[in-house]
Amino acid sequence: MRELIGLIIIGIGVAFDFFGSFGLIRLPDVYNRLQAATKGVTVGTWGILIGVCVLSGFNSLGVKALLAVILIFFTSATGSHALGRGAHKSGIKLWKKSVCDKYEEDQ
Amino acid sequence: MRRFLLFIDSMILWLLLTWPFNQLWPYNIQSILVGVAISLLVTLIFGKRFSQRPIKWFEPQRYFWLILVYMPIFTLQCIKANVDVAYRVIHPKMPIKPGIVKVKTRLKSKIGRTVLANSITMTPGTLTVDIQDEYLYIHWIKVYAEDEENATRLIVKKFEWLLIKIFE
Repeated sequence: MRELIGLIIIGIGVAFDFFGSFGLIRLPDVYNRLQAATKGVTVGTWGILIGVCVLSGFNSLGVKALLAVILIFFTSATGSHALGRGAHKSGIKLWKKSVCDKYEEDQ
Repeated sequence: MRRFLLFIDSMILWLLLTWPFNQLWPYNIQSILVGVAISLLVTLIFGKRFSQRPIKWFEPQRYFWLILVYMPIFTLQCIKANVDVAYRVIHPKMPIKPGIVKVKTRLKSKIGRTVLANSITMTPGTLTVDIQDEYLYIHWIKVYAEDEENATRLIVKKFEWLLIKIFE
C-alpha cells in the first residue's frame, strides 16, 4: 500500500516535470519560460522527493528528502529572481505582444 | 542570544542531515561531536548577522500561523499554479498576455519581504523580477490589472496578512 502511494506521488511529480519542460520549449520569451521552469519543475521535484520519503519511511533517507524540499523552495525561487532580473538588466525585451512593462518605465 | 539560536539551528540541520539515531544507544557520538564543532565555527563567523530581532523566535503563535495556516495555503497555491501553467502550455492557442506590473507591500522586515517574493513566485502566473524598498516588480503571465492598487490587491493580499502575523 505504502509502495503504491509513493509511486503515485512520484508519477505526479514526473508529470509536472514534463509540463514544465514542455513549457520551457513552447512559451515565447525568457520571462514566460522562467515561469514554466520555476513552477513546474519545482513542484515536480517536490513530488519525486516526497514520494521517495513515503517509500523509504522516516529514516535517514526520508529525512534528507524532506530537507531537500525546503532547500529547493528557497533556491529555485531565488534563482528565478536572479535570472529574471539579470535578463532585464542586460536589455532583453519582453515578448512583442506583452501589454505593459512598469519596470522599464521606472529605470 | 543570536549566537545561541544560530547554534541550535545549525545543530538541528546537521542532525537531520547526518541522522545518527539509527541504533538505539549509543548514538553515533563521533558524528554529533563533529556537528558541535562545525556549529560553533559557523556561530563564531556568522553569529552577528543572523537575525534582526531574535525575540521573535520565542513567540509560539508565529509557529502556529507558519505551520498550520501558511503551509496548507501555500501548498494549495503551488498545485493551482502548476495546473494553471500546464493548462496554458498545452492549450493550442496559448492564452497568455504577459507584462511586468508594480505592486506595493506593507512588510518591513527583510526576511518577510524575501518570503513574500518567494511565495509570489510560486503562486499562479506570477514571478518576482526585482524588489526596490517597498515596491515589487512582478512578471504576470496574464495581466488582469495594470494599475498599482488593483495589481496589489490581486497578487499581494493573498499572503501579506499572513506574513505580517508570522514575521513582523
